[in-house]
Amino acid sequence: MDVSADVSPNVNDDRDVVIRVTGLRNVFGDQVVHDGLDLEVRRGEILGVVGGSGTGKSVLMRSIIGLQTPEAGEVTVFGISMIGREETEAKTVRRRWGVLFQNGALFSTLTVAENVEVPLREYYPALSERMLDEIAGYKIVMAGLSGDDGPKYPSELSGGMRKRAGLARALALDPELLFLDEPTAGLDPIAAANFDALTKGLQQTLGLTVFLITHDLDTLHAICDRVAVLADRKVVAVGTIPELLALDHPWIQEYFNGPRGRTAAASAAEHAEAGAE
Amino acid sequence: MSGPATFTIDDADGGPVLHMSGPLVLSRLRDLPDRLAAITPAPARIDLSGVDRMDTVGAWIIHRLARDHDAAISGANDEATRLIAQVAAADQPFRVRPDTLPAFLRVLGQIGEATVRAGGTMLGLVGFFGAVLLAAWDVARHPRRFRFNAVTRQFEVVGVEALGIIGLMSFLIGIVIAQQGAVQLRQFGAEVFTINLVGRITLRELGVLMTAIMVAGRSGSAFAAQIGSMKLAEEIDAMRTIGVAPMEALVLPRMIATVTLMPLLGFYSSLIGMVGGGILCWLALDIPLATFVQRIREVVPITDLYVGLIKAPVFGAIIAMAGCFQGMQVQGNAEEVGLRTTAAVVQSIFLVIVLDAFFAVFFSSIGWM
Repeated sequence: MDVSADVSPNVNDDRDVVIRVTGLRNVFGDQVVHDGLDLEVRRGEILGVVGGSGTGKSVLMRSIIGLQTPEAGEVTVFGISMIGREETEAKTVRRRWGVLFQNGALFSTLTVAENVEVPLREYYPALSERMLDEIAGYKIVMAGLSGDDGPKYPSELSGGMRKRAGLARALALDPELLFLDEPTAGLDPIAAANFDALTKGLQQTLGLTVFLITHDLDTLHAICDRVAVLADRKVVAVGTIPELLALDHPWIQEYFNGPRGRTAAASAAEHAEAGAE
Repeated sequence: MSGPATFTIDDADGGPVLHMSGPLVLSRLRDLPDRLAAITPAPARIDLSGVDRMDTVGAWIIHRLARDHDAAISGANDEATRLIAQVAAADQPFRVRPDTLPAFLRVLGQIGEATVRAGGTMLGLVGFFGAVLLAAWDVARHPRRFRFNAVTRQFEVVGVEALGIIGLMSFLIGIVIAQQGAVQLRQFGAEVFTINLVGRITLRELGVLMTAIMVAGRSGSAFAAQIGSMKLAEEIDAMRTIGVAPMEALVLPRMIATVTLMPLLGFYSSLIGMVGGGILCWLALDIPLATFVQRIREVVPITDLYVGLIKAPVFGAIIAMAGCFQGMQVQGNAEEVGLRTTAAVVQSIFLVIVLDAFFAVFFSSIGWM
């Protein structure tokens, strides 16, 4: 534990912290996944969460969104405690976030458009059918699908399209906070780059805060404002990639300076140069 | 918190101007879309300077209004301009539901589809039976490829583990038949014929039939689910690429186990059924067990046993085939596994009962009554 927990200047203003996790502890059987994990996500940033397989990235996300009750610790989202809260209070928080699960988690008996309408119907039963259809329509196109994909069933979609449809559903309620669980896993490089651009574009136009779990080094370089590194059962460091590179944690060095890490960094630098010209 | 989104209209030089105010966000809309739709005459300009907050739904409403009435938008701040541009870019012709046909045509289509599917399934089953026979012939010529471990494992799952439930079920069925039979026969003073009833019906029909239904529910469904999920996880494809024939490794052991065990389980079920009937006769009709056994030997012809034993392996083959066949048909998603498992059970029980009727007619006509 020679590495400081947070290399960026501390944010003390509570209004700018969307998610705050303190002292989180998760245990499965006798396997301790998290122990004393702390993390802050600030308003308007894309926070990338990285870590080796089995370090509990998804478990962390599930703890934050309330699908997993941690053994100890405190999780607040928008300043509201997510552990032991009232169901009505949880509902007001839930309508302010959208979650994209790893494989889209679309409801298989509903069409893409009906999937997008589910959260709208749940929270705003007064909306007219026409309004619902229109909202679903532009959300689906915004998520990068075409207008013809609305009546299709999830089983008729490819993996990439399923993720886009999942994203459209996550965006249905105009959330302020978006959780993405490995959005580019299983996509080809072109589709992955498109998805990155889409995430970044939506984050900028809609002013989203994004909590993004990923293994994809290109995604980290391309769109993440800060990166949190999960190792040794906690977040060992949070910061921009250059800040992380300055640390001498063995896993971080191997991750960003391994052959794949260097290639991704080089191509990101190239893109930046090309953009500047 | 601010109030709901609202608007006012006033007339200016270029036509009516719509002044929007309040937060133009999804949670504050209320009936705003309906009220906006009811405005006449249509606004020529939309003024957004009174809007303090906007999300994409609000932007969409403004965009639609401007698009439909060809109105100009003014007074939008940077954020609103950006959002409206964003939703305008996403405004494309759009379909929500699959095209629907008139109800009559749809029902007609469904009937046609079901007929084609049923025909396809029957053809597929026949083809599958052929493939199983070919695989069996192959293994018979190369006995070293016989998967002894897989077969014994299936013996255990299909047979040994089913003994408890089949025994209990048969025992209770035996009691029910004896009890119901006794009540009816008592009216003629012919209670003693309860023994004939129990002995003949369990050996000829019920032992094997109830066993077949139980095995279809326990093992046929399990075959479909196991093979189906293996198909989904591409395990079957992996087997093929390695050079293991799925027919030989998965289907044949299950077929052999079910075909071999069905007569044994059926016979076991008949015996336990007679035990149940015997106990009821003893307790309720005061017929001693020794007399019961004696009477059974006198009134039940040996052909009744043969009838049961001949039917059982055929039923077993049908159950195993329907299960494995449906499992192999799985493709796409996990939902399909459930559907195919249901189909396997329904199909095998249906075929078993249809065949049982044929057998009944056949055995009567050859004089085994």
